[in-house]
Amino acid sequence: MTASPSFFATALARAEAAFTAHPAPLDARSRHLRRLAVDGLRGGNRGHLGSAFSAIEILRVLYDEVLRHDPRNPTWADRDRLLLSKGHGCLGLYAVLADKGYFPLSELDRFCRFDGILGGHPDAKKIPGVEASTGALGHGPSIGLGMAQAARLQKRDWRVFVITGDGEINEGSVWEAAMCAGKHRLDNFTVIVDYNKHQSYASTAEVQDLEPLVDKWQSFGFAVCEVDGHDVGALREVLAELPFDQGGRPNAIIAHTIKGRGVSYAENNVEWHHKSNLAADEIAALYRELEG
Amino acid sequence: MRKKSLSCVLELARRDPRVVFIGSDLGVGTLEEFRREMPERFFMEGVAEQNIIGMAAGLALEGFIPYVNTIATFLTRRCYEQVAVDLCYHNLPVRLIANGGGLVYAPLGPTHLAIEDMGIMRALPNMTVLAPADAAEMGRLVPQTLDVPGPVYIRLGKGGDPVVTPADDQSAIGQGVVLRRPGRCLFIATGIMSGRALAAAELLGAQGLACGVLHLPTVKPLDEVKILELTTGVEAIFTVEEHVLPTGLGSAVSELLIDRRPGRVPPLHRFGIPDRFPDRYGSQDELLDYFGLSPAQLATRALSLAGRQAA
Repeated sequence: MTASPSFFATALARAEAAFTAHPAPLDARSRHLRRLAVDGLRGGNRGHLGSAFSAIEILRVLYDEVLRHDPRNPTWADRDRLLLSKGHGCLGLYAVLADKGYFPLSELDRFCRFDGILGGHPDAKKIPGVEASTGALGHGPSIGLGMAQAARLQKRDWRVFVITGDGEINEGSVWEAAMCAGKHRLDNFTVIVDYNKHQSYASTAEVQDLEPLVDKWQSFGFAVCEVDGHDVGALREVLAELPFDQGGRPNAIIAHTIKGRGVSYAENNVEWHHKSNLAADEIAALYRELEG
Repeated sequence: MRKKSLSCVLELARRDPRVVFIGSDLGVGTLEEFRREMPERFFMEGVAEQNIIGMAAGLALEGFIPYVNTIATFLTRRCYEQVAVDLCYHNLPVRLIANGGGLVYAPLGPTHLAIEDMGIMRALPNMTVLAPADAAEMGRLVPQTLDVPGPVYIRLGKGGDPVVTPADDQSAIGQGVVLRRPGRCLFIATGIMSGRALAAAELLGAQGLACGVLHLPTVKPLDEVKILELTTGVEAIFTVEEHVLPTGLGSAVSELLIDRRPGRVPPLHRFGIPDRFPDRYGSQDELLDYFGLSPAQLATRALSLAGRQAA
């Protein structure tokens, strides 16, 4: 199916609107998943909260409504593959996987602990549902496109989704992968950029400006769509349009997000890129922000 | 060796649908037969080694066995993190066929020399490191790589290197090959240096110093059994490699002997490339001479060291 120009225009208008106005409040499920991520943060006494919270709705919509997957059979041959290339955002992924039943919720309490399976970056050898061990930035797109090539060689219809950060795509390897996916016209391959506009040190505009980001992906041979990465309905609509292009181009979704979304004082605040040694009252404050 | 290794890959691909080939930007006509017969499993992905290794990892995660080929230094240094994390950490069956290991690209200068490749590859858990001595041995070892569960690094020589391994050799990956039984001394060598060590041992024999040669086509894992057996009772061990001395074969053998024979390690001398970037061009042989690694130089150095010990 090919998305119409008006579809893209509508999605873009909606994304723009979301960022000119104050974003809509999060619904109960989004708050619930964030509380699970805070369970992990509390368990490990550390975590990349800002990077996890910008990606919660992306992960939620994928696992709730888009991916073909079965938590009781994580190695099901025909499952869609999802790689969290921005591995440091793993608390978001762990929250969703735990909620789906890939592993017990109690694992969150052992986040980053000696005897836990949930490390500070996702490990495919330990965690059911994790396809590849990521965390060294810029690896996911190449691994993902290799998987997409494999699906094509095996004549299977499963798809590959790779979520990257925005700081992450400073890595040259991402653009090597983009060229390659474009050349092979891997329309079963989708990159979702969690564009929260902040990296570790400061804003992406200050550290390494990515603009014009849509043009970049397009020029590398991708069909590109922008979306408000916290708008569940908009994400649903955009992901339902995949593949975007009848011509076989791979897909890129620029998801406009807010770093630390859901916790008022963490939003757009690079101090919350990573936090450790939070006091009990600071943890309590996080849960209060996410009540209901 | 290159031609032989690639023809082995073609044969493997013909009989096993899991085999795919990924090149970077290789010479025109490389594996043309493969491309014609199995175009869907032939990839030429440009000068983008990081992506090539990641892509190979993705294919391997889904059950394929990628053989990746490009120049040794770009297959090791350029994409080291991808090799370490994507291949070794995941322990995936990806095979790296590395053109021009050592000083092969002498005329092209230090940017193209792969003289620490074995060291940085053997530092990675799960990696197997191969350095065959000649094309015939390459032809015996590459088919065996199909069944190695983890990643394999295959160091290629220049090509046209003299065949020094026995045609009927049945050695498996991980096994050393005795080219000459030890006498008072023993050379332990790898890659094309095993042929040079054998020539040096013959020169020494003519001068009355009986010297054996243990060739190690597999640098990791080492053939511990043969090394411990053959070094027992020798007066001196000489390791020989076309590689920098830090981290190479001599280091590996030293580590093994120190660990397994504490306090009883025979005198061991390492012949290789000093810890500096080569500052000359010329040919591979000229640089080997420059670093004292020709057969005549090896014999002279060994004789001098063995004589010093006897005194």
